[in-house]
Amino acid sequence: MNKKKIYPQWFLIVPLVLYIVFFLLPSVMGVGYSFTDWNSRSVVNGTHFVGLQNYIEIFASDKNYLDGIGHTLMFTIVSNIIKLIPALLIAIMLQEGLRGKGFYRTMLYLPSILPFVIIGLIFKSILNYNNGLLNALLEACQLGFLKQKWLSDLGMVWKSIFGVDAWRGIGYVMTIFLAGLNTIPKSYYEAAQIDGANFWHRLRYVTLPMMTGSIMINLVFGITYGLKVFDIIYVLTNGGPGHATEVLTTYAFQLYSRGQYGMSTALNTILLVITAIVGVFIVKTLGKQEVQQ
Amino acid sequence: MTKKRIQSVIKHIVCILLCMTVIVPFYMVLINSFKSKADAARMNLSLPKEWLFSNYTEVIEKGNLVQGFMNSLLYALVATALGVVLCSMAAFVMCRKRTKLNVFLYYFVLCGLFFPVNYVTLVRVLSTLHLNDTRPGIILVFTSAMIPFCVFTIRNFITSVPVELDEAAVIDGAGPVSLFFRIIMPLLKPTMVTCFILQFMGVWSDFLTPLYLSSKSKLFPMTMAVYQFFGKNKNYWNYIFADIVLTCIPVIIVYMIGQKYIVGGMTSGAVKE
Repeated sequence: MNKKKIYPQWFLIVPLVLYIVFFLLPSVMGVGYSFTDWNSRSVVNGTHFVGLQNYIEIFASDKNYLDGIGHTLMFTIVSNIIKLIPALLIAIMLQEGLRGKGFYRTMLYLPSILPFVIIGLIFKSILNYNNGLLNALLEACQLGFLKQKWLSDLGMVWKSIFGVDAWRGIGYVMTIFLAGLNTIPKSYYEAAQIDGANFWHRLRYVTLPMMTGSIMINLVFGITYGLKVFDIIYVLTNGGPGHATEVLTTYAFQLYSRGQYGMSTALNTILLVITAIVGVFIVKTLGKQEVQQ
Repeated sequence: MTKKRIQSVIKHIVCILLCMTVIVPFYMVLINSFKSKADAARMNLSLPKEWLFSNYTEVIEKGNLVQGFMNSLLYALVATALGVVLCSMAAFVMCRKRTKLNVFLYYFVLCGLFFPVNYVTLVRVLSTLHLNDTRPGIILVFTSAMIPFCVFTIRNFITSVPVELDEAAVIDGAGPVSLFFRIIMPLLKPTMVTCFILQFMGVWSDFLTPLYLSSKSKLFPMTMAVYQFFGKNKNYWNYIFADIVLTCIPVIIVYMIGQKYIVGGMTSGAVKE
């Protein structure tokens, strides 16, 4: 069989060209431009090489960019913990032969298909201090003392963002966990039961070891999502109050709209480097696990 | 037995409470979209005193929703159809002809699953190609963004399609193009449908790409149109809620129709390991 003839290489050309031109090329160019003073007036004045100046501005100036990087990392870690653990517990609960499992899954997955802009707007209304549904419900339950300025109180705003993010994401994470749980043979649990294992034993010695695949998938999706997070923060708080909830991508967008393209690409390049480091780390851990199995 | 009963009752209560947290916000949005401006601003759960269906006609007109809807539909349909067909062709060759080059290209494309897009320089690339602020430009960017995911998912699926089919078809005189489009593609239908639905919803929901790539409101998809409308009419919550309902309906319909494909496709990776 002549493989060249049945599987022509030109099938690859169009997707590869698109991928290179619209994805890879901008990333590479971004690294280059991050060392220049490229801005909205470059058309007239030209673009000049400025060395590390953009990076010095990011790391050494008092403009909070470092906080933005910190927030991005913090968001990635916390949002994953908040979603993964409850999602796993809900998945286990649904899996243990509950009637109406399909319906519950459909409902809980629903938020994750909706546009972030929409979710942001809905929660801007729900979390409104004066009229919002959440504060109204708290008052109706005689819990008025729990009322908060959800989106403008410095101590509260991140918690609100995490809450909204979990509201959207838990169903998605749970669905992947459910698929993982489906592949564990029932006999394993029966054997554990005979050995007198309680819920925590079963979780620790049967469920978790069998679920490494779906846990890894959720982590990989969750981490890459967390590092790139933009929409939800842009719509809910736009980085405010002040710069309290600014992340890398919101700073990058601000700088872009102010015409400071060089600075914006420098921030994007930092994000690229962080993603690369995390990526290498993930690939290494995955590789190790495969060896162990 | 009774202990089990109690347990299952508690579980149902927990599940129902969880579902309520999903349903109540939707209910609030829906109910308030029919109220007058003053009533909607209170954002409570009571039924409207008078059902103002006119909110919808009003918002469709003021919010430029017809244009937004057409743009969203165009971007999502064309970009996704193009992406899924192109990626299935590429994935087919990558999977069947595992030369060193093709294996490398596969992992090279997979990198796109993780790395962020640099929109600032992307705008620059587009303007060099005279594609910035045009519909084809936006569509091509959406198509390129879905290549890593589609290639990954479809290639995984092709490994389960027997190679003997290819050989039989070639012996019967089929060329590569007719082999792929007439024999292989029909077999890839489930995975292609999954990719199509997931990516369609992804493009429909995307906000960041049009935010960077379209400066003319004539090119705005629905998500941008809604956000712009919100910016201009911050106090008209009745209109904003109606706008939200209209933007959600298409994705919810696609979700309901394609549900089994979504769950199956999303989790195929997880199950395999």
